[in-house]
Amino acid sequence: MERIPILRMGNFLLVTIQVDMHDRLAMQLQEDLTSRIAKDQARGVLIDISALDIVDSFIGRMLADIAGMSRVLDAQTVVVGMQPAVAITLVELGLSLRGVRTALDVERGMQLLEQSIGDQTFATRAHEDDGPGGES
Amino acid sequence: MDPVAKADALPVRGETDVVLVRQAVRTWSVQQGFTLVDQTKMVTAASEIARNTVLYGGGGTVRIEALSDGGRKGLRLVFEDHGPGIPDVDLAMRDGYSTGTGLGMGLGGARRLVNDFRIDSRPGQGTKVTLTRWR
Repeated sequence: MERIPILRMGNFLLVTIQVDMHDRLAMQLQEDLTSRIAKDQARGVLIDISALDIVDSFIGRMLADIAGMSRVLDAQTVVVGMQPAVAITLVELGLSLRGVRTALDVERGMQLLEQSIGDQTFATRAHEDDGPGGES
Repeated sequence: MDPVAKADALPVRGETDVVLVRQAVRTWSVQQGFTLVDQTKMVTAASEIARNTVLYGGGGTVRIEALSDGGRKGLRLVFEDHGPGIPDVDLAMRDGYSTGTGLGMGLGGARRLVNDFRIDSRPGQGTKVTLTRWR
């Protein structure tokens, strides 16, 4: 069966959607990604949609679902590269992709992921330092 | 009725057809001289309605018509199925309403993406959705 490849880069998973996706392929990606997040213990997912010339309500929902599922699995998702015409259409369609973080390109998306995971690590450490007997 | 310069019909039976309909609508939108944003809106609207035809209408057809009215060019898509029909069209048009697994943005969303949206549905007989967009 046809599948969208998922690449691993350190703590992150990278997906580039390059085909005109039919709905089943989108569902498959959702499944593959969630199992890979768990298996690879990934902290971030970057989805490049610069080759997609439309995002309809189904694909929009898939992106929102992936972001939600990865959040539950303690990973961050950033969607990058949305074409301006796609963005205009998406908002007019009524989808704002609430809960999905976006960046203009892969580089900025990576920065965003690194930053948010760094912040998280820092927050956890700071919290641990405050804990009982945490004095050092 | 607007003058039809050229027309074609495609099956809308499965999810592969939804992809093919998107590609055909893209080609025709380009031929009609639509801007990239207008092409994207028309293709997205077609994708929403084509999916409805497959999921809720049990499959059907789409007629694609290139319109030419004097200097004005446009594109009309007529989706038809012989499925169960929609009992309450007003309710189905409402954002967020869905009987299936979707977001419920399909019908209302598609209406916002075109210049003219018509829906004719009869319970037990089927549904006909007409989308028209002018350049």
